[in-house]
Amino acid sequence: MADLHLTIDNSTDAERAAVDDVLSPDARVVIHESERLVRGGMTRKNDRRHLLLPALHALQADIGWISAGGLNYISDVLQVPPAEAYGVATFYELFRTEDPGHSDSTVHVCMDTSCQIAGAEALAQALEADGKQVHRGPCLGQCERAPAQFVQGRGAADSVPADSDNIAFPGAFQSIQRAAGHTGGLRLLANIGVVDPTSLASYREHGGYAALEKALSMGGQAVIDEVRSAGLTGRGGAGFPTAIKWQGVADEQGRPKHVIANADESEPGTFKDRTLMENDPFALIEGLTIAGVSVGAENGWIYIRGEYPLSTARLTNAIEHARTAGLLGDDVMGSGQRFDIELRRGAGAYICGEETALMESIEGFRGEPRNKPPFPSTHGLFGEPTAVNNPETLLNALYIVLNSSAAFRFVGTEKSPGTRLFCLSGHVANPGVYEVPQGTTLRQMIEVAGGATGTTKAILMGGAAGSFIDDGQLDMPLTGEDTRERGTTLGSGVITLFDDTVDFTSLLTRITEFFKSESCGQCVPCRVGTTRQHEVIVEMGKQGSLTDERNTLIDDMAMAMADASICGLGHTAAGAVQSAIRLGLIGSAS
Amino acid sequence: MFGAGGGTASYKEIEEVDVVLLWGSNAREAHPIFFHHLMKGLKNGAKMFAVDPRRTSSSKFADAWLGLDVGTDIAMANAVAREIIHAGLVNEAFITHSTDGYETYKASVESYTLEYAEKVTGVPASAIKEMAHAYATAGKAQILWTLGITEHHNAVDNVLSLCNLALLTGHVGKWGSGLVPLRGQNNVQGGGDMGALPNKFPGFQDVTDAEHRAKFEAVYGAALNPEDGIHLTLMFEAMGRGELTAAFVLGENPADSEADIDQARKLLSGLDCLVVQDIFMTRTAELADVVFPASVAWAESDGTVTSSERRVQRTRPAVTPPGQARHDIDIMHELAKRMGVDLGATEPEALWDELRSLSPMHGGMSYERLESEGGLQWPCPDLDHPGSPFLHGWLWEEDLGGRAPSPFSVVEHEGPNEKLTDQFPLRLTTGRSLDSYNTGVQSNGFQSPIRYGEELDINPADGVSLNIVDGERVSVSSPRGTVEMNVRFQPDIPVGLTFTTYHFPALVDINKLTNDAWDKRSGTSEFKAASIRVDKISA
Repeated sequence: MADLHLTIDNSTDAERAAVDDVLSPDARVVIHESERLVRGGMTRKNDRRHLLLPALHALQADIGWISAGGLNYISDVLQVPPAEAYGVATFYELFRTEDPGHSDSTVHVCMDTSCQIAGAEALAQALEADGKQVHRGPCLGQCERAPAQFVQGRGAADSVPADSDNIAFPGAFQSIQRAAGHTGGLRLLANIGVVDPTSLASYREHGGYAALEKALSMGGQAVIDEVRSAGLTGRGGAGFPTAIKWQGVADEQGRPKHVIANADESEPGTFKDRTLMENDPFALIEGLTIAGVSVGAENGWIYIRGEYPLSTARLTNAIEHARTAGLLGDDVMGSGQRFDIELRRGAGAYICGEETALMESIEGFRGEPRNKPPFPSTHGLFGEPTAVNNPETLLNALYIVLNSSAAFRFVGTEKSPGTRLFCLSGHVANPGVYEVPQGTTLRQMIEVAGGATGTTKAILMGGAAGSFIDDGQLDMPLTGEDTRERGTTLGSGVITLFDDTVDFTSLLTRITEFFKSESCGQCVPCRVGTTRQHEVIVEMGKQGSLTDERNTLIDDMAMAMADASICGLGHTAAGAVQSAIRLGLIGSAS
Repeated sequence: MFGAGGGTASYKEIEEVDVVLLWGSNAREAHPIFFHHLMKGLKNGAKMFAVDPRRTSSSKFADAWLGLDVGTDIAMANAVAREIIHAGLVNEAFITHSTDGYETYKASVESYTLEYAEKVTGVPASAIKEMAHAYATAGKAQILWTLGITEHHNAVDNVLSLCNLALLTGHVGKWGSGLVPLRGQNNVQGGGDMGALPNKFPGFQDVTDAEHRAKFEAVYGAALNPEDGIHLTLMFEAMGRGELTAAFVLGENPADSEADIDQARKLLSGLDCLVVQDIFMTRTAELADVVFPASVAWAESDGTVTSSERRVQRTRPAVTPPGQARHDIDIMHELAKRMGVDLGATEPEALWDELRSLSPMHGGMSYERLESEGGLQWPCPDLDHPGSPFLHGWLWEEDLGGRAPSPFSVVEHEGPNEKLTDQFPLRLTTGRSLDSYNTGVQSNGFQSPIRYGEELDINPADGVSLNIVDGERVSVSSPRGTVEMNVRFQPDIPVGLTFTTYHFPALVDINKLTNDAWDKRSGTSEFKAASIRVDKISA
């Protein structure tokens, strides 16, 4: 649009080439057709704003950072005010807007929870000693193989060193542990290690796409009704009934509609969706397609963490194969329904796992959560009706369609039917993803994972946004309502064990630093509260104990953040600290 | 074509429009308040075509900019009309019911093929066709224009050519559609409404109409001249002939703003008596025999103003006028007293109520209503009338509100009065920038970080062929005079065209160059098209 105030910095040939590579000539907002005819306008501009994030990715990947000149070029091509483009570029952990001063790839080392206690700092120092460019950052979603690292390529593809054994099929799935004593066998993890994740034929040989075929013959409303009867709730953390979301979108008529798979799992301690996407990508594609055709949406999106290169590659491959086979596109499985999927990579922002922040991110804005209402079912992506689901939820829906709601309810509890994935990490014998019936007790769960190592001092439920419990809660059934009743949470299925050697002050210092860094800054109580909370914990670390006044301050700020932040980050940012104080893990002079 | 002069639509309507033709208007800079309403429309999905010789900052908001040659608007408009007719997109029911002269008009535009228009205007035929179809098929469509249409020697024809398009498609007289000439300042509309026109009493009532005259004479208690007065351009001609020897200038600065400025200053200096009433010591005031320091309308005066959407609003003083400055009403009243006439009431509300009794379209606008309803849009004939968001709804009434159908006007392309020649091969057009106002009297007194406009904008390719560099000081000549100024290379301006503002007469006396050829019907000079030459200044 007009009124762009570009700085004088010019882009280089390499920067322009990198951007042009992902933006087709038609993607330019302003097109000089001739000396007397120039096209542009608000519609073109709005239609293309969502290309900002891919364009920034291109600069970061090819050039290694996003220079002022490069940013100017993107701003000009997409007619995004440079101040806004800068605001977006600086929002994400994976983007650099200052010259790194080297031309190497960057090794990101996770400093959070499981990795912290597994020697993340030592790893970082070892890598530095080895001459590597190291960036200490937040959770990378590989908690079962802590301490985790992720290599951000420069002129080369991103990679995860630990993935190397996993690339070829059939790989070694050390991290995937099958739950013992589980009636009816695995549902969500059934294909893992069985199906070649790169082969559509292999997926179909094992029953793949039978569910979509059945869903298409049932019709959208019947699918939604079946999901409702099953009592399926969201597995991303909030636990909202899936059928209500779907019905809301299905009821909207006359506008383009969207379904989104929220694969931005960023909660420290969570790695279940990565496991599903790396090893069973077609199931996510099929599940999202069922959601799309059932609610009448033509547009599917997968918003995936930028730190998941293998998942990204496998999903990209799966989408292409599905498209070629007519399972996506203008006529899904010959049904006459149109549905296709676009994959979008995030760039390292915890908050983008919040569904409205995720939509802002896709649209090319800073990932700042929106006020609700209006809810996404009426005003979602691009202001259009949208259903956002976690990959695990979509796989459950797939199971329900194929096996009926009654079969789904065969395991689990009345209020929390079905199975659930749990991510166990920390001081446990076999860290990994486990599928167990809902209602399995925490003690059983830990036993399935080979038991705790050392003497367990505390367990973090639900990740950084969750809370600590002690071994007095081991017989707690793992369901949403049972955990809520005991003042804790399942969240996205995170169970992180800490033994008695852990320095909890250091752990909580890092957790508070995490929230301080990941708060989008939009709501003042959260922006200031997460910072002050971190300061209090740092101060506590220096003084050895927490004064009553400081303790009260934490509680006051927690209340303000919970009351006056618009999203879950602010609501939960104090949970870990408050529970750690309550359990005496930190704060007392010992 | 429709009678009273005023935008037919409300600001609110542009927020709900489907297609906008922004024609000869850089509203982004010249009408920024209105443009914010337009931007809401664009945000709501409106498609905008900008027709302008320059790719202005407004044009950059458009879905398509059509860069026509200066002065070829009628060729473009007639070609749009022909395309609408040939594509079968005319509103036949509307034409039959509400208009007159369609067949003659249809025949007159027949020769304006898209190919012809491309040749004359320089704009690709496909783009003209696209605009024609978008306008004709839109649910709600508006044509907006300003001085790019009216500062030409054939200004009225230009306006009529656009009005024809609305008659052809029925995009007038209903919510969301309309013909909108944008007005400058906050009260240009009000000036005309109050009778500051040579041929109209307040409320656009004809001076030559005996019945109207009698009404005003009865209230004013004096006989009124039964003949039309003359407008500014004719006044200067009358000065030239020695017929007009005294002038009372209120809030105008003709010694800077007239085309062919050397001639205008000479004429003003030769008057027997020149009285200027202004808030600044303008160039014109410097030539005056008597200067009345006036008060600022928006900050120091009590009364009303009328915006582009015909909305009359109350305005109240925030500060008292400094020094000897006095309110306009006060100055008039005292002047009349010295001439032996008592003008009666001086209270703004009393004067307003007198106006309401004389101007039917203001009849229902009591101060009380103006305050409680946030202003009212004329016509508003009585206290029960809600005001009129848009005009010409009668076009859609069964009996046309008792009026005659609205006539099409046959207009032909002429091009600018001054043709390009070997001696003066470049086209000069003038305009406004965002942070400056007209001759700069009111705006040059403050600093602005985004000020521009004292340079001559020129396409870099022209710069190269003239062997000049960006920023170079050059000599610029038209058949009427020569000025020195700096050039600014501008890729957004087509080859062969140059542009400058006239906000800085003290730095660049640009109106030494402009053409005073003018439209006999509107009295406006052709500021938009002069032919010039750019020469290097020899070292």
